[in-house]
Amino acid sequence: MAERESFVVVGQSVRKVDGVGLVKGKPKFVADVDLSDVLYVKILGSPHAHARIVRIDSSAAAQIPGVIAILTYENTPSTRHTTAGQGYPEPSPYDARMFDTKVRFVGDRVAAVAAETEEAAEEALRAIRVTYEELPAVLSIDEARAEGAPVIHDEGDSTGIYEAARNIVADVDIDVGDVERGFVESDVVVETTCETQYAQHTPIETHVVHSYLDSDDRLVLRTSTQVPFHVRRIVAQTLGIPIQRIRVIKPRVGGGFGTKQEVLLEDIAGWVTLRTGRAAFLSLSRAEEFVAARTRHPMRVRVKLGANKDGVLHAIEMEATSNTGAYGAHGLTVLANTGSKTLPLYNKAKNAHFYGQAVYTNLPVPGAYRGYGATQGYFPLETAMDELSERLGLDPIELRRRNHIRVGETSPIFEKLGEGREGVSQTVKSCELERCIAVGAERIGWREKRGARRREGPWVHGVGMSIMMQGSGIPQIDMAAATIKMNEDGSFNLLVGATDIGTGSDTILAQIAAEVLGVPASRMIVTSSDTDLTPFDVGAYASSTTYVSGMAVQRAAEGVRGQILSVAAPMLKASVESLRLVGEHAVGPAGARVSLAEVCRRAMYSSDQFQIAATASCVPSESPPPFLANFAEVAVDVETGRVKVVHYVAAVDCGVAINPLMAEGQMEGAIVNGIGYALSEEMLFSSTGRVRNPSLFDYKIPGALDVPNLDVILVGSYEPTGPMGAKSVGEIGINGPIPTIANAIYDAVGIRLRRTPFTPERVLEALVCERRPKGER
Amino acid sequence: MKVRFTVNGHAATVEGDAEMRLLDALRDVLHLTGTKEGCGEGECGACTVLLDGLPVNSCLVLAAQAEGREVLTIEGLADGPRLHPIQQAFVDAGAVQCGFCTPGFVMSTYALLRDHPAPSEEEILTALEGNLCRCTGYVRIVDAVKRAAVQLAETRLGEARARARETA
Repeated sequence: MAERESFVVVGQSVRKVDGVGLVKGKPKFVADVDLSDVLYVKILGSPHAHARIVRIDSSAAAQIPGVIAILTYENTPSTRHTTAGQGYPEPSPYDARMFDTKVRFVGDRVAAVAAETEEAAEEALRAIRVTYEELPAVLSIDEARAEGAPVIHDEGDSTGIYEAARNIVADVDIDVGDVERGFVESDVVVETTCETQYAQHTPIETHVVHSYLDSDDRLVLRTSTQVPFHVRRIVAQTLGIPIQRIRVIKPRVGGGFGTKQEVLLEDIAGWVTLRTGRAAFLSLSRAEEFVAARTRHPMRVRVKLGANKDGVLHAIEMEATSNTGAYGAHGLTVLANTGSKTLPLYNKAKNAHFYGQAVYTNLPVPGAYRGYGATQGYFPLETAMDELSERLGLDPIELRRRNHIRVGETSPIFEKLGEGREGVSQTVKSCELERCIAVGAERIGWREKRGARRREGPWVHGVGMSIMMQGSGIPQIDMAAATIKMNEDGSFNLLVGATDIGTGSDTILAQIAAEVLGVPASRMIVTSSDTDLTPFDVGAYASSTTYVSGMAVQRAAEGVRGQILSVAAPMLKASVESLRLVGEHAVGPAGARVSLAEVCRRAMYSSDQFQIAATASCVPSESPPPFLANFAEVAVDVETGRVKVVHYVAAVDCGVAINPLMAEGQMEGAIVNGIGYALSEEMLFSSTGRVRNPSLFDYKIPGALDVPNLDVILVGSYEPTGPMGAKSVGEIGINGPIPTIANAIYDAVGIRLRRTPFTPERVLEALVCERRPKGER
Repeated sequence: MKVRFTVNGHAATVEGDAEMRLLDALRDVLHLTGTKEGCGEGECGACTVLLDGLPVNSCLVLAAQAEGREVLTIEGLADGPRLHPIQQAFVDAGAVQCGFCTPGFVMSTYALLRDHPAPSEEEILTALEGNLCRCTGYVRIVDAVKRAAVQLAETRLGEARARARETA
């Protein structure tokens, strides 16, 4: 492919292809259609964290006018499955049923009602009488692992659980070299344990699905999803109907961040439609979204680092315990990623050990969340690196420079640890981390500010930094396909299973195709995603779209390009090899040209007729990491414990940014989400496991006033395996704020925070503790 | 119950029960689905519309409260195929990612720029305080508001000049 200097469409911040419709408020989302004929579906959630359902009496509910169907474990399929929308066979356990005879968290599904009105459905929910046999509940990692703990998945028919009798969903253990000996041989050893909280994605559009039968009685699911093809497969499996009978349409999606990589509602809506023949509409309220959608896996992660006096790491150990709530969706893979997306960064350490377990609790269900375990791993890793730099008397920047992975290097972790199984060995082919660090340090004013502890009244300033990597898709597992067909006016249909959930993937995929075809991006008509119309793609997750789906699009475009040239060559009386596609024309060696519209008209209507079209796929053989250097200046109010992020700098290497404005937008959104996660966002629970703050009033996500001065710097590189030199950039930004802010707080006031979020209460408590004489602690 | 009000300059009559929210009247009865529901509790601002020129969360306003009043929604801004300068600024600045919160932000911006044609950074942030976005990190949204302010000022200047020429 062309070198980046010659790109015409790629590298331009072209306008979002769906932007105009969105700013006009056109009916693009699931709920934006006429719902006058639907059955409204509502779900009854469990009031108990752990209980057996002894009896459900829905006779009174069924008498309520307008109630059409009541779904319970007694009249729905009982197939065990996972709600995690992953490749098949899924690495998550089959431990869920549509409706079970046991409830495992407050809010777990008990029953559902379909009625003519929302009011009737709600009244019916209140009229359902459920007799429960309450069971002792497990409300923390430690309780789950305790001897004789209540067994959360004691049913016999679940599969894929590592050790159900001990509440262990997954267990990962990999070794490189001999880590114990490595620590003995090290001159300096530091160890730190950090804990992260229950946090929510909170897309502004909650989960929502609209289902109906088409004129051939096929089930159509219009759903707000990141994984339309996985939805089709899992709904077919759960309801016991053929894949052929289901069509999944993904309209515009109002944000996902991982929570919509889950099949949460489609089975219920689909079942109502199949049973009644009626269209159904099921949408989670904000409170239901908080309780019954997905969250980030809370984790306790211990990191131990051993280094030589010269500041080169010799041994790294990471031990992670992940709370995967009542069901094991993404339990294994998020856990594995905690190690696989962090440890290769410091490949100088010859000895490494990653050990982790994911355990069940009777709390809400974590799932995929942007960052996917790496976020939880980088907190202790980059905290420990900061501590190590202090012990060695080295600048934190210098310590990282001496240890991070570089072009031409590899890490044995790539091969040892993958997506819940062995990984894939790879050599890093693009890495501008060194430059990211330099540019970021300059922008934040590292040299002047580090250790200066500038005071402004009660506010003390400090700066901190961290570095990180992520991946670009799941190598040898992810698969994307794209179809491009040409129209006789020289426009093209680009049909992709890749799932634009607001990320802008429709636009950047159009740019990639347009670059190959020598047309503006506006000549591409993008359709994503519809299982009847678009080719397969695993969906929007694992930072896969730009890299994996982008490559599929590039290949499909190259196929179409070849066909165009073969038609144009006789028109221009020139050889195929001598032609170029430029400015919507095929151009010959002497400058003779023919428009793409003429080329397509010839192929369609006059000579050697055929449809100019191609489909291509991509299964990546590796997962090139984007790299990121984060710098933050914070101010800590030593009287109240409040932490303010004053300036945040993120210098990122995502290869060639296909659309710089959108790449920056991905980073900005991820960083601000990460700042919320670092400072304020936390799901709180009562002593019985009930979510205490299921509203956007009580669960504080950042607003416009909470955003610091934020600089995103795209540090260009060229990834030779990527489409047009690109790597993915969707997730990495969210990993930065926690360790960067934590390290900045330490620089400002000398306290190490090891539990998120860094609320004023926690900061103040640590400050008070720090001020006491050592003996009193 | 029957409620009569003006929506985007057109007379509308809505029939529904007394508890009907303005949001439901707009979305379910009038099929103006540009106004979104993100929380139903007045926290996210996705349902922001202007009621007699003031931004309100239409999930917290009863349809009956709109009786005889004027409602402006996102559908009322564009002039045919031509986007309103605020809408255009949101597209140009990259302020739209998933777009679900966008109509609410655009309406809040509309109210802000009408009252404060040249807002300070602080005024912009305060005006957008009631609107939540989880995709963008707000950076481009604030940029869009600034661009829109400049664009609207230029338009006003152009109109004033045209008027001056006419008088002369």
